[in-house]
Amino acid sequence: MAQGIWIVAEQREGELRKISYELVSEGRRLADQLGQPLTALLLGSNIKEKASDLGKYGADKVIVADDERLATYTTDAYAAVIAELAQAHEPAIILLGASVQGKDLSGRLAAKLGAGVAQDCVEFSIDNGSLVAKRPIYAGKAYATVTYKDSVPQIATARPNVLELNEPDESRSAEVVDASFSLDDSQLKTKVVELQQEAGGKIDLTEAERIVSGGRGMKGPENYNILEELADLIEATVGASRSAVDAGWRPHSDQVGQTGKVVSPNLYIACGISGAIQHLAGMSTSKVIVAINKDPEAPIFQKADYGVVGDLFDVVPALTEQIRKLT
Amino acid sequence: MNCIVCLKQVPDTETQIKIAQDGMSVVTDNIKWVMNPYDEYAVEEALRLREKFGGEVTVVGVGPKRVTESIRTALAMGADKGILVDDPSAAGSDSLGIARILAAVIKDLDYQLILCGKQGVDDDYGVVGSVLAELLGIPQISVVVKLEVSEDGATIKAHREVEGGTLVIESPLPALVTAQKGLNEPRYASLPGIMKAKKKPLDVKTVADLGLDAAQVGEGGAKIKVLKLSPPAEREAGKMVDGETPEEKAANLAKLLREEAKVI
Repeated sequence: MAQGIWIVAEQREGELRKISYELVSEGRRLADQLGQPLTALLLGSNIKEKASDLGKYGADKVIVADDERLATYTTDAYAAVIAELAQAHEPAIILLGASVQGKDLSGRLAAKLGAGVAQDCVEFSIDNGSLVAKRPIYAGKAYATVTYKDSVPQIATARPNVLELNEPDESRSAEVVDASFSLDDSQLKTKVVELQQEAGGKIDLTEAERIVSGGRGMKGPENYNILEELADLIEATVGASRSAVDAGWRPHSDQVGQTGKVVSPNLYIACGISGAIQHLAGMSTSKVIVAINKDPEAPIFQKADYGVVGDLFDVVPALTEQIRKLT
Repeated sequence: MNCIVCLKQVPDTETQIKIAQDGMSVVTDNIKWVMNPYDEYAVEEALRLREKFGGEVTVVGVGPKRVTESIRTALAMGADKGILVDDPSAAGSDSLGIARILAAVIKDLDYQLILCGKQGVDDDYGVVGSVLAELLGIPQISVVVKLEVSEDGATIKAHREVEGGTLVIESPLPALVTAQKGLNEPRYASLPGIMKAKKKPLDVKTVADLGLDAAQVGEGGAKIKVLKLSPPAEREAGKMVDGETPEEKAANLAKLLREEAKVI
């Protein structure tokens, strides 16, 4: 019978990504509820030394698949290796990150294993031995609580920045084992040609702790520098509303909302954003929301923890100045 | 170069979502149904490839009769033909079930490229494309913002959005890509296009026509079961920050963020 919880750790260029620790932390809680072991899968090249970190966050065992062809994520290689390992070990649950990588991998893996997958979940529990997952639908305008039927394993992806991180326990260590797998070159059809990093190496909106976002009230692309100044000071990433993106002021990768990114930072500062429903859907799980807007009737104020009625061109630079004084 | 576009019909993004009495579904009265926004990019990209390489664009949808309207929209944009799988036994399918139906439609077609939207903006799963690619045994590249097809039409190079950057991936054809906003600017259907679309072929099929067992699709074949739907947690009304001048308001806000919210 299928047993145990697996999490698929995520690395880029040999460094574990934060979602990996979030997955181990959640996996630990679920494993304790089930009374079953927690195993982390780590795929990469020369990656074994990272295994001990996963142990400190709660993994009982780390299975390391070390191969040059796994250095950079490709759907073909990762799905083939994880499916082979899952068939050999039969875990009951596999959790992945709802990152770009995890969302690409989950469906492929589910299809290979004939299993169900719940994508982009924000809450997990165990009921009667089965995984129960809560996930936003309509970009967060509603939530669906789902479970699995005749699904071995039960696959789910977890939204980054939502699950609680465990404190690493330096005294904990995981058993580290080498994976045995057969990866045939004929299975590898796609090839990564290059990774173009964004200038400045800024943190992606989906992973950002803080976001400063600008909408139609910014009046033009040239004014985003006042948001960037504030963002630099508080280590935030700059986002935008759909109207700002559709106007061509900001790249589409900056868009927050139903047809953009769904974000959950600790702090979301909305500047000159009225709060269209499709925007609110994408950011209303932020922990603290600040709205700065001229229009006291703007719907964004209904969602904001702190509202400032005023001209963002006065308030934002003043806020930057005040925060600079505090630090 | 023959392209297939998988199309879903969803509520318009401006729709207020209300949960039905049963707690298991959303109220669909007065919903404005539209083509899934990400599928528009998929249709547009397929049309551009046809303009460059020739061939045909076939649009495939699964769902009730109303989905015909969205397929007609794609035909009015310029797609050549449509196929709709309209069968009550398909209702309640999960991603796996929908992908099985699409795979059954597509497997016998002559194609080089399949395009899907990166996710439906209703259920937000984003899984059907990759399951479909696996069922058909072809490579996938998801969340694509730029697509280049080699002159000989044998390989593609796709730019996919990842956290903090863009990955460039090469793949042989046939392959499946999922479209992200930014891939292109979808065209509007022209009036002559709308007139022409009415005469374009649109086949309606059932699950049995596809040789699929009804038990493999619909609620019966689903591996994911919805237990309930719930509204998002209401955010408590926040406070308006006082101050006579912008500077005062900013000072008070900075203080609240530091001392009360503890986020800076």
